[in-house]
Amino acid sequence: MNRTVIDLWVGIFVAIGIVALLFLALKVGNLSSSRLSDTYALQARFDNIGGLKVRGPVKSAGVVVGRIVDIKFDTTSYEAVVSMEIDGRYRFPKDTFAAIYTSGLLGEQFVGFESGGEEKMLKAGDTLTKTQSAVVLEKLISQFLFNKAAEGQEAK
Amino acid sequence: MADLTSPIRKLGHMAIERIWRLGFAVRFMFAVLRYSGASFRRLPLTLREIYFSGVLSLLIIMVSGLFVGLVLGLQGYEILQRFGSTEALGTLVALSLTRELGPVLAAIFFASRAGSSVTAEIGLMKATEQLKAMDMMAVNPIARVVAPRFWGGVISMPFLAALFSAMGVLGGWLIGVVFIGVDDGAYWSQMQSGVDFRYDIWNGVVKSFVFGIAVSLIAVFEGYDSVPTAEGVSRAITRTVVTSVLTVLALDFVLTSFMFRGSS
Repeated sequence: MNRTVIDLWVGIFVAIGIVALLFLALKVGNLSSSRLSDTYALQARFDNIGGLKVRGPVKSAGVVVGRIVDIKFDTTSYEAVVSMEIDGRYRFPKDTFAAIYTSGLLGEQFVGFESGGEEKMLKAGDTLTKTQSAVVLEKLISQFLFNKAAEGQEAK
Repeated sequence: MADLTSPIRKLGHMAIERIWRLGFAVRFMFAVLRYSGASFRRLPLTLREIYFSGVLSLLIIMVSGLFVGLVLGLQGYEILQRFGSTEALGTLVALSLTRELGPVLAAIFFASRAGSSVTAEIGLMKATEQLKAMDMMAVNPIARVVAPRFWGGVISMPFLAALFSAMGVLGGWLIGVVFIGVDDGAYWSQMQSGVDFRYDIWNGVVKSFVFGIAVSLIAVFEGYDSVPTAEGVSRAITRTVVTSVLTVLALDFVLTSFMFRGSS
């Protein structure tokens, strides 16, 4: 079997194709930044997650430190269980506070970590106990209205 | 009375003809898959087809990808400017290319550039009775002629789509960063944080693979099933392009609804 000119051209073609795929993976996608560095899993339980989505960011002090991997509903405690992958470079104290915030007035929702003061650090697979649910606008408004009504009755 | 019923008769004839052809196409597909072992044992046959349908399509794919990227960059900038978020240009260009435009447009160009020539080749072989001659010499024409062309197209298609997307992203960069002056760092970093490899890029590759199978199968089938005359072959080529484009667009809708079902 001899090498032919066609082999050369097919080789060039396949090489260009692989370069394009690598370009897409490394330069366009985030394969290099988030996949190669090791991550560890954390969980948090919330009463209400609002509009939180899988693949949403986890931020601490505004810096993206991880991603939301999975959101489940726990039928025994009737809570939402949010699983997250945190960048292995970042460690958080045991008493870290997890809350659901909204970026901007109508932007996407994300999990925000507020570090505590504990000496011990969270390990892979740990569950965050201190959480704050998402702000539900309807609840806020109805609370405000009820308070107003109650104030009005006291005044009489 | 015969005048009244004849249009209905024609309609019924057409419907039965279509269904008959569809059944034959399915049987043909299984025959191609069954005899495709030979196209991998005799690799030079398949390599030759990758050369004809893949390598010779490089130029049109690269140039059209670049121009699609340039247009996306211009239009995207113009629209994003209204919302004051021109930094998101990179995300817009990359997502629209890797998810949709790359696989779909590459498949359409591939159908009109390579699919039509495959149909013409097989159709002419049939018209000049080369396929029959092969059969007489106990050479299976499906294994020798059809299967290598099918696999050549299937293998070329994902590479061409990836190349199309990559050229488009470069085109968007050229317009957005070099000519208009969007920040270089913002273009790439927003793109990298907004595009996921498995979710966006890999789904695009899967799409282009499926399109490759569809377009190649239509091309070889239309050639093999063409009426063996000059007019029949030219009609078969037209049908290849029309059917391929429609099939790609319909498949794209189905695949998109499976892949990107609002989970982000």
